[in-house]
Amino acid sequence: MKSNSLILGGLLSALVVIAALVSFLWVPFDITQLSIPDKLQTPNEVHWLGTDHFGRDILSMIMIGARTSLAVAILAVGIGFFIGVPLGLAAATKKNSLLDETIMRTNDLIFAFPSLVIAILITALFGAGAMNAIIAIGIFNIPVFARVSRGAALSLWQKEFILAARVSGKSDLRISAEHIFPNIANLLIVQGTIQFSLGILAEAGLSYVGLGTQPPVPSWGRMLADAQTMVSFAPHLAIIPGSAIIVTVLGLNLMGDGLRDLLDPRVRRSRE
Amino acid sequence: MFQSKKIIAAGAFALFAGAGLSLSAQSDITVAMQLEPPHLDPTSAAAGAIDSVLYSNVFEGLTRFASDGSIIAGLAESWDISSDGTVYTFKLRSGVNFHDGSSMDANDVKFSLDRARAEDSTNAQKALFSGITDVAVVDNTTVKVSLDKPNGSFLFNMAWGDAVIVAPESIEGIKNNPVGTGAFTFKNWVQGDRIELSRNPNYWGAKPALENVTFKFISDPTAAFAAVMAQDVDVFTGFPAPENLPQFEADPRFQVLEGSTEGETILSTNNKMPPLDNVKVRKAIAHAIDRQAIIDGAMFGYGTPIGTHFAPHNPDYVDLTGNSNYDPELSKKLLAEAGLSGGFTTTLKLPPPSYARRGGEIIASQLRAVGIETEISNLEWAQWLEQVFRGKDYGLTIVSHTEPMDIGIYARPDYYFQYDNPEFQSLMTELNGTTDPAKRSSMLKKAQRIISDDYVNGYLFELAFTTVANAKVRGLWKNAPTQATDLTGVSWAD
Repeated sequence: MKSNSLILGGLLSALVVIAALVSFLWVPFDITQLSIPDKLQTPNEVHWLGTDHFGRDILSMIMIGARTSLAVAILAVGIGFFIGVPLGLAAATKKNSLLDETIMRTNDLIFAFPSLVIAILITALFGAGAMNAIIAIGIFNIPVFARVSRGAALSLWQKEFILAARVSGKSDLRISAEHIFPNIANLLIVQGTIQFSLGILAEAGLSYVGLGTQPPVPSWGRMLADAQTMVSFAPHLAIIPGSAIIVTVLGLNLMGDGLRDLLDPRVRRSRE
Repeated sequence: MFQSKKIIAAGAFALFAGAGLSLSAQSDITVAMQLEPPHLDPTSAAAGAIDSVLYSNVFEGLTRFASDGSIIAGLAESWDISSDGTVYTFKLRSGVNFHDGSSMDANDVKFSLDRARAEDSTNAQKALFSGITDVAVVDNTTVKVSLDKPNGSFLFNMAWGDAVIVAPESIEGIKNNPVGTGAFTFKNWVQGDRIELSRNPNYWGAKPALENVTFKFISDPTAAFAAVMAQDVDVFTGFPAPENLPQFEADPRFQVLEGSTEGETILSTNNKMPPLDNVKVRKAIAHAIDRQAIIDGAMFGYGTPIGTHFAPHNPDYVDLTGNSNYDPELSKKLLAEAGLSGGFTTTLKLPPPSYARRGGEIIASQLRAVGIETEISNLEWAQWLEQVFRGKDYGLTIVSHTEPMDIGIYARPDYYFQYDNPEFQSLMTELNGTTDPAKRSSMLKKAQRIISDDYVNGYLFELAFTTVANAKVRGLWKNAPTQATDLTGVSWAD
């Protein structure tokens, strides 16, 4: 049961990752070369997924688009992870201290805003582009990771082995790094997988409204936006990038669920 | 039993609804367009959307554009031109009233022209009035306009939306409550949604067939498609998604009008920004562009290739497309001659219309093929006006210049593409002072050649004007000789 979703999710995610990695070495067609006479072909033996309104090969666009999506999501989740986790761990060292309150209330503040709206605001203010999209999505990953790591760390601080470490004279910093972090890593991996799929959705959303990755770099969200007026006579233009987004997000979510079942001690115990 | 009652009731309701619909359909119309006017004063802004709603419907000038682009009498019923060509005596129609009831007379004409040409005037086309030295009221219905020198296009100038006649009594509130002399009066403006007009019962001319007119603003092409398909709107002028037109053509509920516009769609080039200040580089760009690919790819075949800044349907048009034929090898050679064999990078800033966004991607790909990299940024109109049009902070941009006969903008060195050629400027000055049609024609042809030979901008195509309408609507303008949606002659077929 638990392994099913992990395996299916892992397979779907691996498919996307492989497509992205292969695109560095090889794509069926050069997508910087537009070929107007070949436009709007439905899937056929030359263009396996057809061509778009500029005659570009959609399979190639999807492959390079996977690269864009993954890169943006990895960097954005990375920002959230590498800033959020230390903040959460620091807050957990002294519960209800000024530091804790400052960090967590700031988190609440960021959390209170609808993330996509603020991401739109950031990219509108500082200019549309992949870099600003990464920063905008990254900022909203910080409180997520901070909360998860603080919550998990707080309960650990009560444990005997932490007390033992403390008695042996280790500083808060060392305890957090050597004992707390390894013990919450599995939770963070699960959270990271879910944030990753949200990051991909956010990138697609920003690109859809024109604030994410700029042309000519392909992006699934922009492919959807471009397809919008053509859905009625060339539905494959929307169905294909839409499916790519679904496959990726579904895969990551299934994988996240599967990983949680596998790694989360509470779930594991209740099952046993 | 119960069920059949319900069906009868539903049928009766449908009958009433149907009857109501057909009754109102005979005299009401909903016209959609993409852009909403920023305000409602055609005499103080360049925004074409103002004229699209108000020209000829609410405001009228001394002369006016007919649907074929010719100039016909408007509020002036006739005019005399002095033998030296410098004094125009306009005889105004009598009994014309503004919508607020005040009469339209010679004083209003003097007020309007003096206001437009004043030092502090905010008129977007002040050049139209620059030759006027004096406007004198002879009597209630006669106005004498003196020019500093003969001006062959003066009557044409007076037909522009920027030269409509306004009244001093209502000028204060014109931006929100336009008061003109036209066949329709302004009723209501729900900002962000619609403008409503209703028939002017005291109109001096032929009464329009329509009673109530609603202009709706739908900027999103997908929403535009849906609104027309669902018949929420009766007419969509300047339909923004050419890819959807074949579907409307195939649907008997609709008619598609494909006409010409005055919209020269060009790859505007910042002539002061290195390396684009080098004519060889601009020539290289021109030869790198495959116009047909842009027309097919961005406009789905709607559009006519141009080789200069002039409307192809104009009798004086010279076909100069051969001057900048698609020849990427020549482009590379020219770039090498300009010392840029390694190519260069410039910006390509694109406003929202699909001709710009899609055309931009195609041009970027074509330029990349000869070694020119472009950094594309997609801008909203406000940003575009700020950065490109006013700030001149750009390398390349794509925009359609929809004003009629606007080759004169190349004589303005401070215009956003910053083309400064004294020979062209003196030619334009000379042209403005010439009334002889044959001489004007040869000058216009020469002007087209100069800007084509200087490769000021990349000349792409003449925008097609596509209107989708309910198949029963009659009398719409097919072409767009100026930005206007003249509804005075529009009616519903029975």
